[in-house]
Amino acid sequence: MKDALTATDPRETAFEEHVSADGQVEPKDWMPEAYRKTLVRQISQHAHSEIIGMQPEGNWITRAPSLRRKVALIAKVQDEAGHGLYLYSAAETLGASRDDMVDALLEGKAKYSSIFNYPTPTWADIGAIGWLVDGAAITNQVPLCRTSYGPYARAMVRVCKEESFHQRQGYEIMLQLARGTDAQKKMAQEALNRWWWPCLMMFGPPDHDSPNSARSMAWKIKRHSNDELRQRFVDQTVPQAEFLGLSIPDPDLKWNEERGHYDFGTPPWDEFMEVVKGNGPCNRQRLNARRKAHDDGAWVREAALAHAEKRRERAEAASQAA
Amino acid sequence: MSKQHWPLWEVFVRGKNGLAHKHAGSIRAADGRMALENARDLYTRRGEGASLWVVPAEAIIASAPEDKGELFDPADDKVYRHPTFYEIPDDVGHM
Ligand SMILES: [Fe+2]
Ligand SMILES: [Fe+2]
Repeated sequence: MKDALTATDPRETAFEEHVSADGQVEPKDWMPEAYRKTLVRQISQHAHSEIIGMQPEGNWITRAPSLRRKVALIAKVQDEAGHGLYLYSAAETLGASRDDMVDALLEGKAKYSSIFNYPTPTWADIGAIGWLVDGAAITNQVPLCRTSYGPYARAMVRVCKEESFHQRQGYEIMLQLARGTDAQKKMAQEALNRWWWPCLMMFGPPDHDSPNSARSMAWKIKRHSNDELRQRFVDQTVPQAEFLGLSIPDPDLKWNEERGHYDFGTPPWDEFMEVVKGNGPCNRQRLNARRKAHDDGAWVREAALAHAEKRRERAEAASQAA
Repeated sequence: MSKQHWPLWEVFVRGKNGLAHKHAGSIRAADGRMALENARDLYTRRGEGASLWVVPAEAIIASAPEDKGELFDPADDKVYRHPTFYEIPDDVGHM
C-alpha cells in the first residue's frame, strides 16, 4: 500500500517530460492535480485582476478631457472586460466553475493584482496606468503566450495583441502632460511617483521569497522569474521616463555598466503585504463596487434566460403548428 | 437566489472570405442570438471577422486524448499514402 502511494505515477513522469520538452497541454489531457490547481488559481486571479482593473480607469471615463481621450479610454476598459472573459473561459476548460470563481471574488476569498487597489486622483494617473501598469502587464504576459497550458497561452496571445494600444494611449497622455504647462508636468510627475513602486511590485515578491515559483517554472507555466521580469520592466521603462523628462522616484536607480542593466532600490514590501491582506487604499471600495454591479445585474441575467426560454417555446409551438 | 447558468458556446470566426472558420474561444450567453452578439463584442472588436459561428459547447463530440493511439494509429503505417513513397527518376522532372 505504502509503495502504491509513494511511487510516481507513470503518467506524471510522462507529463513532466512532455512539458519540459516545451510540449503543450490541452484541456482533456491527463495532468497532475497540482498542475490543474495551480493553473486554476493563476488564471482565475488573472481574470479577476482584469475585471477589477476596469475600475480605477472607469472612474475617469466621464471626466476624460476630450472626446478622443474618452473613446480611447472606453475602448481600453472594454478590452479589459474582454481579457477577463477570455481568462474565465480558459479556467473553465480546466473544470473550474465560473460561478465559483466569481463567488470567490465577491466573497473576498480570491486574490487579484494589488495594483488595482490604488486610487486614480488625477487625469495623469490614467496616463501612468496605461504606460506603467499595462507596460508591466505586457512584460508579464508576453512570456505567458508560450505557457504550457494551451487555452491560457491562446488567451494571452489575444490579450497581448490588445495591450499594445493600452500602453501607447497611456504614454501619449503622459507625453502631452509632460510637454504642457508646469502644472501639467507636475501632475504627470506626481502620477509617476505614485505608480512606480506599486508597478514594480506587480511582478510579485523577490525570487527568494516566492516559494511556488520554482514548480511553476518547471511546469513551464511561468517562463521567467519575478526578479527577471522586474529587471526587464525597469530596463525598458527608464529610457521612456527620460524621454518624457520625468524622474523615477528611486535614488538608487543607476545604470550598471558591468551588468548591462539598471540597478534599482527595494520596493516597499511591507506596504505590498498590507495591500494583499486587504488594507490597501481602495480594497473595500473595489470589492463593494464589484458586488453592487453583480447584484444590480442579477435581473438582467435572469431576464435573458427567461426570454431565451420563451423564444424557444414559441419556436417549438410554431414548428408543431406547421 | 437560485443559480441559473447561461450556457457555454464555442465561437468560430472566419477572418475573411476564402478562409475557414477557426475556433476563437468560448462565451456564455442565454441563447444563440445573444451568443452571436456577445461573440461579436468579444472576438471581433477590431475587424477580425467576416462571419461568426456559435455552437453550443455540449453539442461538440470530441475524441478523447487517451484514445489518440487507437484512433490515429491506422494512419501511421500507410507510408504509401505519401508521395515520397514512389520512386520516380530525377530525369522526369518535377512531379
Ligand atoms: Fe488586460
Ligand atoms: Fe490592458
